[in-house]
Amino acid sequence: MTTVTAINAEEGAGLYALAHLDALESEAVHIFREVAGEFERPVILFSGGKDSIVMLHLALKAFAPAAVPFSLLHVDTGHNFPEVIEYRDNTVARHGLRLHVASVQEFIDDGRLRERPDGTRNPLQTVPLLDAIDKNRFDAVFGGGRRDEEKARAKERVFSLRDEFGGWDPRRQRPELWQLYNGRHSPGEHVRVFPLSNWTELDVWQYIAREKIDLPQIYYAHEREVFRRGGMWLAPGEWGGPKDDESVERRMVRYRTVGDMSCTGAVESDAVTIEQVIDEIAASRLTERGATRADDKLSEAAMEDRKREGYF
Amino acid sequence: MTSNLTSEEQAAAAAVERSAATSQLRFATAGSVDDGKSTLVGRLLHDSKSVLADQLEAVEHASRSRGQETPDLALLTDGLRAEREQGITIDVAYRYFATPKRRFILADTPGHVQYTRNMVTGASTAELAVVLVDARNGVVEQTRRHAAVAALLRVPHVVLAVNKMDLVDYAEPVFAAIAEEFTTYAASLGVPEITAIPISALAGDNVVTPSANMDWYGGPTVLEHLETVPVGTDPSQDPARFPVQYVIRPQTAEHPDYRGYAGQIASGVLRVGDAVTVLPSGRTSTITGIDALGAMVDVAWAPQSVTVTLADDLDISRGDLIAPSDHAPETTQDVEATVCHLHDRPLRVGDRVLLKHTTRTMKAIIKDIPSRLTLADLSHHPAPGELAANDIGRVVLRTSEPLALDAYEESRRTGSFLLIDPADGTTLTAGMAGDSFAASADGADAARDDEGWDF
Repeated sequence: MTTVTAINAEEGAGLYALAHLDALESEAVHIFREVAGEFERPVILFSGGKDSIVMLHLALKAFAPAAVPFSLLHVDTGHNFPEVIEYRDNTVARHGLRLHVASVQEFIDDGRLRERPDGTRNPLQTVPLLDAIDKNRFDAVFGGGRRDEEKARAKERVFSLRDEFGGWDPRRQRPELWQLYNGRHSPGEHVRVFPLSNWTELDVWQYIAREKIDLPQIYYAHEREVFRRGGMWLAPGEWGGPKDDESVERRMVRYRTVGDMSCTGAVESDAVTIEQVIDEIAASRLTERGATRADDKLSEAAMEDRKREGYF
Repeated sequence: MTSNLTSEEQAAAAAVERSAATSQLRFATAGSVDDGKSTLVGRLLHDSKSVLADQLEAVEHASRSRGQETPDLALLTDGLRAEREQGITIDVAYRYFATPKRRFILADTPGHVQYTRNMVTGASTAELAVVLVDARNGVVEQTRRHAAVAALLRVPHVVLAVNKMDLVDYAEPVFAAIAEEFTTYAASLGVPEITAIPISALAGDNVVTPSANMDWYGGPTVLEHLETVPVGTDPSQDPARFPVQYVIRPQTAEHPDYRGYAGQIASGVLRVGDAVTVLPSGRTSTITGIDALGAMVDVAWAPQSVTVTLADDLDISRGDLIAPSDHAPETTQDVEATVCHLHDRPLRVGDRVLLKHTTRTMKAIIKDIPSRLTLADLSHHPAPGELAANDIGRVVLRTSEPLALDAYEESRRTGSFLLIDPADGTTLTAGMAGDSFAASADGADAARDDEGWDF
């Protein structure tokens, strides 16, 4: 294990320091254990993206040598990167976890959702997500959201009470003081829990490096077919790209976030190792979402509006 | 900075460096409406090159669409639709930035009077508070309120940022008078350290770069001070407190008898071999092992999350507190505390509530509300009968079970609690056990009335 920064510190006056990754890790573990202690049916949202992979890693640590007392839930947009689905299934098998899948495609097929004209399925995830929460009676839902991602997320509590419609009302949030998290909720309501609230993108990568966490290969630079749309490099696929006037080319790219293929852009990169990825992110002049997410650009309050509807 | 690099290259170099910074400061900002708090935060983020190109572009776009000629830095932080519409900050937001020297978590708290509870929220985990004052107005009621809240929450360091110095011709006497009035007042509340800095958030004076307009000022800029103020406490000075959060019992072939007590060390240091007492039962044992998230260690300290094993198979569950046998807290069912009421539904004598303290939640009754504090002049109103939203007052509670409670003065973690509405789970009130403003005894007595500060 590499988490021994703390025990290596010299004992003596004032020398009980905790490296910042240890402090973030301890805080996140505390949040996982609070939920395990206070809720009946928690679930971890798991997309196979780096934030949810770090979440799962922390949960495994929090309850070792016992098993993680939560199942996983993946909201499958139907436009996933195949490498990520493969990673998801391997992870579930390796740790003996239970995976629930909520499928956007099923909702479209049976008419409960309609495909958007722009082909983006990210906003469509909310309905299957809320349906899965309702059907499985999940009372706490862990998400990998970080406050540094977006200005509406910066307002999010660690424990975020959602009403029976999954909605978020920023004006009626519970104040959250000290490390005292209030998970009380009425039947039908649930609580979204964000153990990585205080982590930044760089913290996540530094932690992945320190803990030697395996990630889907699309996070590292590789040659890939992409095409240009809306200022971003998108991966071609059955979801609706490229169109006639868009041309596919092969480029060295990697992904900073992993989401629906229709709205997650690749960045041009030659970072093939984690150290190179960390250097690249530290020097980047673009935020993670600004670089790679089309749906946040829909309006000035796009994220806030989706969160109000029940999105993470 | 090397002058032949472009600003973009400089920013990139700074960003690589900052990835190595390890110490972390949690701080909160407080200021009245229109004191320029959002501008200060925006300036701090912008001038420390913590704002990335796409964020700045979004602010420039939004500013233009509002008809403003220069980018409004306040738009960097006002994240909600209603905040942008009204031009005010409604809710606490947390922001993250780093310099090569340190990483920062900023609780950006609203200044409006009706959101005092949000400053309490932001200050609860802060090690430093920045109180903003408009140089033209000086110390006003809101300033006193912010100082009192920082003192009440025991924020170790307070910065007085005297803003809008550009509007008073950068005059030293204006700053000196405000600094003296504030320092005298805050010191009387027991604020241990106060640093006054004259700034212009709009023009950028003394926020990140030293001001050419105020050569009479020889102190640090706001950022320099944030980078160098000592952080953290020495856990070896505090008695150990370990609230049991979760009992880990794998009951697998590999670990048939494993029974570990998981939690985050709330204060002090735990060592293998320590003689410990479990509260409230009072049973004793010895620590046989500490698992620090995968590494077996001999010693661990606050705020590490660990799992502890004991020599004896005791009946211990979530909510119990493990403490050194020679420094165990008293347990009580009668609690006296200073509280900040957070909810629009008032808190009344006779109310039945839930009390959450560390990992333990129990029933409680409000037996008495002896006084309510007027933050503006720190006078107290006896027997108010109820506390409304944003009120701070003294409360006497009776709990259904014995509670191992420290004074908030001794431990922010084990001296704090929440009151929760049992009917719908609403967080009603934040509580701090023990005497209030207890550290204010030195030198402030002459300024007090006969009844002192025991409001």
